[in-house]
Amino acid sequence: MVDFSGWYMPVQYDGILAEHHRTRTDVTMFDTCHMGRFRVRGPGSLEAISRLLTTDVSAIKDGQCKYGFLLREDGGILDDLITYRFNAENWMIVVNAGTCAKDRAWIQERLPVGVDFQDVSRTMAKVDVQGPHALACVGAVCGVNVAELGYFRFLTFDYGGEAIVSRTGYTGEKGVELYVDSIRIIELWNRFLAVGVKPAGLGARDTLRLEAGLPLYGHELSEEVTPVEAAMMRYVTKSSPYVGREAVMRHQAQGPAKILVGFKIEGRQSARAGQPVVVNGRQVGTVTSGSFGPTLQVVVGFASVESACSAAGTRVQVDTGRAMLEAVIVRPPFYKAV
Amino acid sequence: MSAKNVYYTKDHEWLKVEGDEATVGITDHAQQALGDITFVDLPKIGKVVNAHDSLLVVESVKAASDVYAPVAGTVSAVNEKLVSAPELINQSAHGDGWLCKLKLFSPAVKDLMTAEQYETFLQEN
Repeated sequence: MVDFSGWYMPVQYDGILAEHHRTRTDVTMFDTCHMGRFRVRGPGSLEAISRLLTTDVSAIKDGQCKYGFLLREDGGILDDLITYRFNAENWMIVVNAGTCAKDRAWIQERLPVGVDFQDVSRTMAKVDVQGPHALACVGAVCGVNVAELGYFRFLTFDYGGEAIVSRTGYTGEKGVELYVDSIRIIELWNRFLAVGVKPAGLGARDTLRLEAGLPLYGHELSEEVTPVEAAMMRYVTKSSPYVGREAVMRHQAQGPAKILVGFKIEGRQSARAGQPVVVNGRQVGTVTSGSFGPTLQVVVGFASVESACSAAGTRVQVDTGRAMLEAVIVRPPFYKAV
Repeated sequence: MSAKNVYYTKDHEWLKVEGDEATVGITDHAQQALGDITFVDLPKIGKVVNAHDSLLVVESVKAASDVYAPVAGTVSAVNEKLVSAPELINQSAHGDGWLCKLKLFSPAVKDLMTAEQYETFLQEN
């Protein structure tokens, strides 16, 4: 058990490798209650949210959700998040645990009168069910058929109160994120255990997301980088105004001095966050995340490197302090579910 | 592993002494604390170590950890199976998961614990 952003959480239950493989071949569940959840409602909600996020919310349909960013005026990333549209006047925004208080303060300060904001992080619980057998298990336990639910679509259903299930996740496998009333979560968790779904911890959550090429706030994303440097511009396409837009457009036009890339190391010896990336004896960047990938059986990770060294196929070294590891720049994802 | 010729360190290594040669490994307690081991940086044959020098590095998913030489000696053999199957350490830390062998400079073993003393040490900490 470790302190994760102020939450006491398990790194593993029966082993990181076992939980990782089980997620890719069967099904596991993750307690993600620590994440933040906000409801934004009322007339003017759509415009208000649109002005705050990079997400093109007017292009989302009812029952659809979308990944995007909350930015500072200078383009620095305050958080990465997913926005759910129930309808034009009813929204949910799901944020990271460590940034929840910061995001709440930022958003509340900038919402106009008439738009209602509620932090439901404690009254609404969240659990991720992921893996090839996830959808069937969710159907059996929740009584809601999600077999036909499209990627980044969600449904509401009744589970002792409003419950939400979305075809989203952080593992690279098919699966869902489930939201239910907090008073029902232990019962729901036990019902998944009863049908044979095993829990997975923070360790597997990290190896799974890394293999899938997904960024982690605090590593690949932070207030010190814009979406341009984080190589996230495919999620930032909105032409209408939002906080940070001018800075992002300027940065994109200039071209960033450094940019986020993926890398692969043939072998098992890991590169880790903070270690220098070196070309011809000169440091050109820093590793932001790195780990042995249990499915890939090689080490993969992300690094922020000088743009001149960022082309896929570029050979670099990572200085672990004990050894110089040979790596090659690759475009994520490193793994894709079949 | 309570045979008379097996000793333990406070850093959770074990040492099985047979004449002037000894086998080194990490204890079951250590492998549990480390979690799934993904890589072992085995030492070169011929490497000379003093007691408490770093002998080799064991990597789990989360971190890299030094394994220290319980006594002074020269590395005379390494467990090659660990190159492709480092999980042997998790499965059998006191058996198939042995790390390397040392040719001892001196048969006298100092400052090491017996199995009973190690058990007490674990309970107290």
